[in-house]
Amino acid sequence: MTISHSSIVEKAVDATARATPVSVARRVRGLSDRAIAWLFIAPAITLLLAINIFPLLWAVYLSFTNYRANRPNAPVQGVGFGNYQRVLNDPDIWQAMQTTAHFVFWTIVLQTVIGFTLAYLIDRKFRGHAFWTTIILIPMMLSPAVVGNFWRFLYEPQIGLFAYAVSLVSGIPTSDIQMLGNVTLAPWAIIIVDTWMWTPYVMLICLAGLRSIPDYIYEAAEVDRASPWRQFWSITVPMALPFIMLAVLFRGIENFKMFDMVTLLTGGGPGSVTEVASITLKRAAFESWATGRASAFAIILFVAVFGLANIYVKALNKVKQR
Amino acid sequence: MSAANSAHSVVVPSLSSKRIAGTIVVIYALITLIPLVWIFLTSIKSPPDSISYPPKIVFTPSLEGYCNLFTTRTRQTPDYIASLPAPVGTCDEVTRKRNMVIAGPSNFLPRFLNSLVIAFGSTFLAVFLGTLAAYGFSRFKVPLADDLLFFILSTRMMPPIAVAIPIYLMYRELGLSDTALGMILLYTAVNVSLAVWLLKGFIDEIPREYEEAAMIDGYTRLQAFRKVVLPQATTGIAATAIFCLIFAWNEYAFAALLTSGEAQTAPPFIPTIIGEGGQDWPAVAAGTTIFLIPILVFTILLRKQLLRGITFGAVRK
Repeated sequence: MTISHSSIVEKAVDATARATPVSVARRVRGLSDRAIAWLFIAPAITLLLAINIFPLLWAVYLSFTNYRANRPNAPVQGVGFGNYQRVLNDPDIWQAMQTTAHFVFWTIVLQTVIGFTLAYLIDRKFRGHAFWTTIILIPMMLSPAVVGNFWRFLYEPQIGLFAYAVSLVSGIPTSDIQMLGNVTLAPWAIIIVDTWMWTPYVMLICLAGLRSIPDYIYEAAEVDRASPWRQFWSITVPMALPFIMLAVLFRGIENFKMFDMVTLLTGGGPGSVTEVASITLKRAAFESWATGRASAFAIILFVAVFGLANIYVKALNKVKQR
Repeated sequence: MSAANSAHSVVVPSLSSKRIAGTIVVIYALITLIPLVWIFLTSIKSPPDSISYPPKIVFTPSLEGYCNLFTTRTRQTPDYIASLPAPVGTCDEVTRKRNMVIAGPSNFLPRFLNSLVIAFGSTFLAVFLGTLAAYGFSRFKVPLADDLLFFILSTRMMPPIAVAIPIYLMYRELGLSDTALGMILLYTAVNVSLAVWLLKGFIDEIPREYEEAAMIDGYTRLQAFRKVVLPQATTGIAATAIFCLIFAWNEYAFAALLTSGEAQTAPPFIPTIIGEGGQDWPAVAAGTTIFLIPILVFTILLRKQLLRGITFGAVRK
């Protein structure tokens, strides 16, 4: 638990100083390079250890106890892997994981398809493309909570703009367009808002990918008389793939943690059809006050994201090297 | 753009394909804008107009939303209102039309100020610490650099709720719960990872020769850092600062879990604005509009650096 954090930093800094050329160190007056490296890197690392790593280690410790944060004075007992067992055997938690996976899958599919298409179109460099690109980027810069709250208003069946627009186009009466109250529609209500908000993100990364493809490759393909279709599948897609994969990685991690938007739109309801992992976790930790069990769930989540991200990054590196 | 190669070339798209591409993108952009335009329109509607069906596109603008956002009101009888002295300001007049009188200021302004203090405080700290660390990583050979940098990045993979439990307990012990200082430290820790990654990229691009020349001229390394590197990195530092600011400004999960009153920021507060009979949508829209304006300005200022900022500098344009 109390691995000396400062020793890790010191080791790193010592190694730094040793590896820094002596000639430079000798030439300077005042502080040595070694001291400067230490002084410069240590504060940031210390802060991260104090506010990120220490809490994480504490959560690991709590996950093996029956501690309850609303009863700070009750005796704390170790329960071994009991919390982990309970979490892994809890059907509600598996349900939440499934819901989360469902969100992550559909948001990634929609955002990648729409985002890549938009990037491909913007890459044609039509007149005013820079202006319209900036407009499209606005939603992703906003606060998901504040925006989610306002979308709740747009979704209101009786007064909202969304139901009105849909009923105008499709002829379905607005009373049937209960986006947030209907068990089948509610998950899609969240997927729509997330896609509205984050498609620009994927688009921007795809655009960078498309712009990184050198023109001469297309020129060569042109000389070889490759059809536009062939050029698209043999040049554009493979060359942009590492960028698309990066966008998927970032969106995947973010959406796995999704909390604010769901809280404000549905709060997990109706029933628990939109209860994603973060909401289950919040309920366990701050409503049931089962701190130990919630910590065990948090650790499982973190290990899952970390593990999946690592495997994915390996695949990404393989694609890059091709 | 000769007719000969425009038929097949992807390098030089033909005029008509450009036009089709442009039209589709513009339509998408306009659809994207609808919710934002609707927020603004709702903010200048009267409460009955805001919830009328079908939704009103033509209406008489009203300042009620903004008045209701900044004040709390109580319902009074018409007789009582008639007995009061003449209205003193616009808001006074507006609320009396609905048989209300202003009871006092609302919590919006303090929450908004909290947002400002916490966002700017944490941004300043994160950029300060991040610049130092980035310089350290960029200029000194750090054998464990890759591991340390990955460690710094990995702190961002945790769901905020996962660390919120121990942070909640830790802050309770330290007396930092529901304080601006606690939130500043927390957001600084979250932002410092972004700041280090981004700034390392920017500083890597400044040639080492500049400092080496300065040091041969008799500057110490610290002086070279201050007088040569920092001025060169100004653009990068500014961009990093805005990204940190946007994150701290928009954050909800930690704010909702760790603050309850004193240090509450605007994102958890705005959804709680309640009027007579449910959510006061014009007031909510007014709060949302005011809250979004700085971000709109920053987005336009930042558009060139945007890609770097949102990908931790992993992708450079």
